[in-house]
Amino acid sequence: MGGARSGLVAWCFLAPALVLLVLFAFWPVLWGGYLAFTEYKIITPPTWVGLRNFEDLLDDPVFFISLRNSLVYLLIVPAIQLAALALAVLVNNRLPGIRLFRAVFYMPVVTSVSVVGIMWGWMYSDQGLINAVLQWMRLIDEPIGWLSDDRIALFALMFVTFWRGLGWYMVMYLAALQAIPGEIEEAARLDGAGAWRRFWKITMPMILPTVLLCSVLSTLGAVKVLEEVLIMTKGGPISSTYTGLYYAYDQGIRAFHFPRALAASLVVSAICVLIAVLNFRLLRPRQP
Amino acid sequence: MSGRWRIALADGPTWRRGAGIAAHYAVLGAIAIFCAFPLLWTLSAALGSQGNVFAFPAALVPHAPTLGNFREVFRVVDLARYYANSIWITFWTVVWTVLVCSAAAYPLACLRFRGRKLVFGAVLTTLMLPTEVNFLVNFITVTQLHVVNTHLGVILPTIAGAVGIFLMKNAFEEIPPELIDAARVEGASELRIFVQIMLPLARPQIAALVILTTVTSWNNFLWPGVVLTKSRLMPLAVGILELSGTFGSSTRVIAAGAILTVLPVLVVFFFAQRFFMRGMEGAIK
Repeated sequence: MGGARSGLVAWCFLAPALVLLVLFAFWPVLWGGYLAFTEYKIITPPTWVGLRNFEDLLDDPVFFISLRNSLVYLLIVPAIQLAALALAVLVNNRLPGIRLFRAVFYMPVVTSVSVVGIMWGWMYSDQGLINAVLQWMRLIDEPIGWLSDDRIALFALMFVTFWRGLGWYMVMYLAALQAIPGEIEEAARLDGAGAWRRFWKITMPMILPTVLLCSVLSTLGAVKVLEEVLIMTKGGPISSTYTGLYYAYDQGIRAFHFPRALAASLVVSAICVLIAVLNFRLLRPRQP
Repeated sequence: MSGRWRIALADGPTWRRGAGIAAHYAVLGAIAIFCAFPLLWTLSAALGSQGNVFAFPAALVPHAPTLGNFREVFRVVDLARYYANSIWITFWTVVWTVLVCSAAAYPLACLRFRGRKLVFGAVLTTLMLPTEVNFLVNFITVTQLHVVNTHLGVILPTIAGAVGIFLMKNAFEEIPPELIDAARVEGASELRIFVQIMLPLARPQIAALVILTTVTSWNNFLWPGVVLTKSRLMPLAVGILELSGTFGSSTRVIAAGAILTVLPVLVVFFFAQRFFMRGMEGAIK
């Protein structure tokens, strides 16, 4: 079937989704990109000011802290990917009860981030569980201010992001591992290849696309981290846990400096694009 | 088949195999504790009524267990209202997401029309746009649409998404085209084919989308927190933060609120685990 009638029907089916996507996915990028170069207070129309918002960003030391922290956050990418892959290998079997283990490992992913933040706030508090355990084991005398020490707080947040994300990447890797035909590995085993060699020569090349996808997703996630900061530290202590997007949130939603917030988010987006391109370059499978 | 772990563990005599499996379980158990302990500790704090909440290891088992904290949390904040808001927002988000995404997926999967590739590309592009920063302009948009501080404002931007559209598109593409052609020959309209043939046959994927959307919507806190400033409109994920920020709320009462917030999602998750994993794969494929 074809022709104009079919076309009209198709567009009728598509219309609601397209309207919403244009309004809430494309418009924000275009309009936001424009507003970053304007003076705008919602009630009056925007006026073009060129690069002034970006110059303001350069004058704000907190913005530099935010960018630096977003880059420091990238340290969790290798950690989370290695751990998730190892975990996927551990649960890629039919041992009794393995489904329950997978579910428990995935549990943090479906736990509301608000509750995650509240719980880890307790874990990290001066009398919290982590300090209590460390003191009980006599490893420390004084409690460590996990979220109140400006040298540690960012790493404490990174650990929460790690805890939250592990199960998600595990499931991604598990799906990739289960897509490998069993016969290939069986054949390699019969040829006398050891477990380690089989992993690197057979498993790894076959799951490389997943590794690539997950690394990119986790890199972008790390640069764009916001919720953990918003719930647990609000950028403190002394601005030590501001991240790029938290800075944008803080400027926009709290202080109503939308143009500056959008300028900051434009910088974050540019970094994301750059990282995504680099990631693909570095990790693309080299095929003849 | 059970081949894979046998391959990993089966080299060597029986006792070594047994020891290998025991070690495997030990590692799994340790990681399970790592993943579950904040929730278990929170549950213990919520159920306990006496003693130091943070004492270790004593606090891991609730002392003088009671449901008093759960009653108390309904008194301290309007938790019933938060619950109602969460259910309302989640319900309508799910209904509209399934309808809008399946409707968009149907022509992409089953109709030939001019501009199909363009639409497909546009939907794909939204996956690559830096959507995390959209909340800023979306806030301006909902302000100008006068839906700030309404549930509609919370729901609208979350309905149409590439994940839902691709998941349903993949589902529709698995349905044999002969079925659709036969219905067309008999003169059925596209709307009728969509409602009476496509949707019922895509039930497993719809179930996956329903569950994914339910959990995402229930847990969503950033956007509802931006749109809603009035406490009586807030869903649980936002309200629980109000509670924990309230001066003088006791840890045990907040813990009870936290448990009540995550409980429905965890129940859904444990009963529908299969759909969960399938939903993720279906969208990525």
